[in-house]
Amino acid sequence: MTVNMTKGQAISLQKADGGTLTAVRMGLGWQAAKRRGLFGSRTREIDLDASAVLFADKQPVDVVFFRHLQSDDGSVRHTGDNLVGGVGQGGDDEAILVDLQRVPVHIDQIVFTVNSFTGQTFQEVQNAFCRIVDETNGQELARYTLDGGGAYTAQIMAKVSRVGSGWQMTALGNPANGRTFQDLMPAILPHL
Amino acid sequence: MTAELVRGQNHPVSQSRVEIRVSAGAPVLALASLADEQGRLAGSEVLAHPGARSLPGVDAPAELADRHTFAVDLDAVAADVHRVGVLLVLPPGGPVRFGAVPASHVAVAGPDGGTEIAGYTLTGLDAETAVVALELYRRQGAWKVRAVGQGYADGLGALLADGGLSVPAARELAAAALRTVAPVKEADATRAALPTLVGDVRAPQTPAQAPASVPEPPGPVPVSGVPYAGTPSGGDGSPPTISYTHPRRRRTSSEPPEPAPRPAAAAEPGQPPRPVAGDASGWSMDERLYNQVWGMFEDLARTAAAYRSAVEFADNRMERELDDALSDPRHRLGGSGNAARDTARARREELVAQAQAVLDRDLAQLVAEAEVVEPALPAAYARWDNPVWHGHRTPEEGPLALRLGDLHLPERPDLRIPMLVRLPLERGLWIDNGRTGSEAAMAMDTDRLRRAAMDMAVAHAVRLLAVHPADRFSVHVIDAAGAGAASLAPLVRAGVLAAPPAAGVAGVSRTLAELTRRVDLVQMALKAGAPEDLPPDVDTAEQLLIVHDFPHGFDDRAVTQLRYLADEGAAVGVHLLMVADRDEASAYGPLLDPLWRSLMRLSPVPDNHLADPWVHHAWTFEPDVPPQGSRVLDQALDRVAAARRTTRP
Repeated sequence: MTVNMTKGQAISLQKADGGTLTAVRMGLGWQAAKRRGLFGSRTREIDLDASAVLFADKQPVDVVFFRHLQSDDGSVRHTGDNLVGGVGQGGDDEAILVDLQRVPVHIDQIVFTVNSFTGQTFQEVQNAFCRIVDETNGQELARYTLDGGGAYTAQIMAKVSRVGSGWQMTALGNPANGRTFQDLMPAILPHL
Repeated sequence: MTAELVRGQNHPVSQSRVEIRVSAGAPVLALASLADEQGRLAGSEVLAHPGARSLPGVDAPAELADRHTFAVDLDAVAADVHRVGVLLVLPPGGPVRFGAVPASHVAVAGPDGGTEIAGYTLTGLDAETAVVALELYRRQGAWKVRAVGQGYADGLGALLADGGLSVPAARELAAAALRTVAPVKEADATRAALPTLVGDVRAPQTPAQAPASVPEPPGPVPVSGVPYAGTPSGGDGSPPTISYTHPRRRRTSSEPPEPAPRPAAAAEPGQPPRPVAGDASGWSMDERLYNQVWGMFEDLARTAAAYRSAVEFADNRMERELDDALSDPRHRLGGSGNAARDTARARREELVAQAQAVLDRDLAQLVAEAEVVEPALPAAYARWDNPVWHGHRTPEEGPLALRLGDLHLPERPDLRIPMLVRLPLERGLWIDNGRTGSEAAMAMDTDRLRRAAMDMAVAHAVRLLAVHPADRFSVHVIDAAGAGAASLAPLVRAGVLAAPPAAGVAGVSRTLAELTRRVDLVQMALKAGAPEDLPPDVDTAEQLLIVHDFPHGFDDRAVTQLRYLADEGAAVGVHLLMVADRDEASAYGPLLDPLWRSLMRLSPVPDNHLADPWVHHAWTFEPDVPPQGSRVLDQALDRVAAARRTTRP
C-alpha cells in the first residue's frame, strides 16, 4: 500500500500499531542511459545523487552525500555513490538510511534532495523514482516519480521533522536546479 | 582458546595424546572406528566398542553414559590408519533418534584433563541413531580434527556397512558392539520393544528396510569421499542440506535470532538485544571479535559526537538568546530581562538533559557489550589480567591483531575500548619516554617514566612472542647503555631473545647490520619470486627490534640503517619498537622528523593523543601493563621457552 504523496502533504511517521518509526530509508532509483552505436562507452551516463541535510534550528549542521557518507553521529548513512543507475527494475540505486533513534537531539529536520550530477534534466531520465521506506519492515511510505518531471536538475524531495517525541514526514517535491546539495540551499531554506 | 567447530570445519591437533570428551543429551555408547586413507574400514580391528574396548591407540569406554572421556594416542595407532572416527550410538531401547534428544557436544582436549583444543556441537540431527561426531585424520603427517556430525537412521550396522564392511559382517560387528549393553529400561514398552538398529519410528518402514535384513548401504550417505558435502537426513531420500549456523552462537543469543547491526532493529522498541561476544562479521571468532571491537570503537566515537554536537548547539543557542535578551531595549525596564535569561538557560538545560539521556542509553548498551566481549577475547587481544592468559598455549597460527592498550573518552572513562591493530604491523611503534610529551609524563620523574616505557615495550614483546607459534617470532634488543637492563631481565632470563641485548656502538652496528642484511635478502628473494632460495642462516620468522635510548650508541651510519628498517622492514617482517625521547635526538634537527612521523606514538602514561578515523575525537590512550605483582609475563615467557625447546630440541 504505497502512498503516492502529493506536494506538501505531511504524514506522521507512525506505524499502524501505534509505535513510532525507528528507521527510514530514502531510496533513489533510475534507469541507466541506453547504450547505442558502436562506441557504446561514449553514451552519456546519468548520475543522480541523493543527499540528506541535517538542520538544527534552521541551520545546517551536517550533511550526508557522496563525499561524506555518514553523519558524524552515525545516525544517517549513505550506502554509496552510484554513477550510472540501475537497469530500471525498481530497486534503489542509492539509499540513505536514517536511524531516527540515534539522530542527535538538537537535529530537528532532515531534508532529502536529489541532484543530477551529470546535468541531464529529469526529462531525459527514465524510470527515475524516489521513495521513503520504513526500514524496519520494508514498507514503502511514499513514492515520487521523477521522470517527465520537467526541465529541472534537482528536486527537494521530502523532510522529516520532529513533532513532539516522534517524527513526521512532509513530502516537498519541489523542483530546483543544481549539481549538488550546496546549490539547493537557497531553495531548501523556505521549506524549513 | 577452544576452537568451536561447525560442521565440516577442521582444526589442527598438535598433541599426539588427546582426550575425547563426550557430553550427550542422553545415555549413548561412544565408539571409535579406525579407517584407512580412503575412509574404508578394513581388517579385523576397525571398531573399539564395549565388547572389544582396546585397539592400538584407542580405548573406548565400556558403559552406556551421557558423559564419556576416553584417550586416543595418535602415535600408537597403526601406520595404515588415517582416520579415527568418534561415533555416538543410541542404545537399543533408549531414545530412537538423535533428533529427539538434546544436542550432544564432543571435544578434543589435552590428556588428563587438559584444556580443550576443539569442540563441536552436533546440531541438526533428526532420524539418525548412529552418528560420526568427529574424525581425527592424518594429513601430510600431521593430525587434524574435523567436525563431521553425520549419521545413519539405520544405525551402527548401516554406518559400518558404508565404511566398507560386507553387510553381514557389519551387522555382526554392530550386534557385538551393542550386545554388551543392557537395554535401557523404559516405561514405554512399545518403544523399548522396537528393534535396535531401526531409526525413526515415525518413518514408514518397508519390509525391505526391516532391521532383520539390513540392506545394502543406505541411500543418502557418503561418509567416505566428501564426508561433509551433505547431511544425510533420515532415510527419506530428501536432498542433503548443510547447516552453517554456529551452534554456540545460536545458543547464547536466546533473544532475537541474529542481533541486527543497528539497534533500531531490536525486537521491541526501546529494548535493544542483549549483546553477544562475536556478534560481527568474519570468518573466524578472532576476526569477528576484532570487527566487533572496531564496531564498538566507531559507535562510541559517533555517540560521543552526537552528544557533543548537541551540547555545543545548546550552548551556542543559549549564548545567542542571552545576547538578544541583553540587547533588547524592552528588557531594560522591569524584570522581563531576567525572565528571558531564565528561559534561555532552561532551554539549554532541557536540550542537554535530552542529549544526556540518549548518551546514557547508548553508553549502557556499549558497556553491556564490553562486559561480554572483554572476557571472550583471545590472548592477543586480551588484557594482561584476563584469565585467558593463564590457560594460554603457544598457538599454531599467528594472530590477526594485537592489543596495544586501551582507549577511552572523558564521557565515560571506565568504558575501555581495546586498541587493536592488525598484524603484521604496518607501522613501527614508538613508546615516548620523554617528559615533554604529555601532562601526565611531565608529572613523573624521569627515571620512573623511562622504566614504565621500557616495561611497556617488554610487555608488548612478550605478548607478541606468546601469541605467535614458537619460532615464528624473534625479538632483538638494542640497549646501547644498558639502561633498560632491569626491564629486559625477564626476556633475558627466559632466554627467548634472538641474541643478548646489544650494548655499545659495536653491538648497535652489528644488530642493525644483521637486520639490514635480512631485509635486503628477503626483498631480493621476493622480487626474484624465489622466497625459498634464501641462505640457510636467514631467519624467516617475523622480527621485532626494540631500540632503547636512541640515539645513544648510534653513529650516522646506524641512524641511516635504522631509517632503512623503519621504511622497508615492515613489508618483509622486520618491525621496529622504539623507546625514545624525541628531544634527545634534537641534535639531528628536522632530519629525523619523517622517522618519528612514520611510527605510531604510544605513551607509557595516559595521554589523549590518538584520534579515531571517523570524527577525530581525542582519545585517551592507556597502556595495558600486567597487574602489580603478577607473574603473567614470566609464565607466558616460560611457555614460549618450553614451546621452543619442543620445536627445536
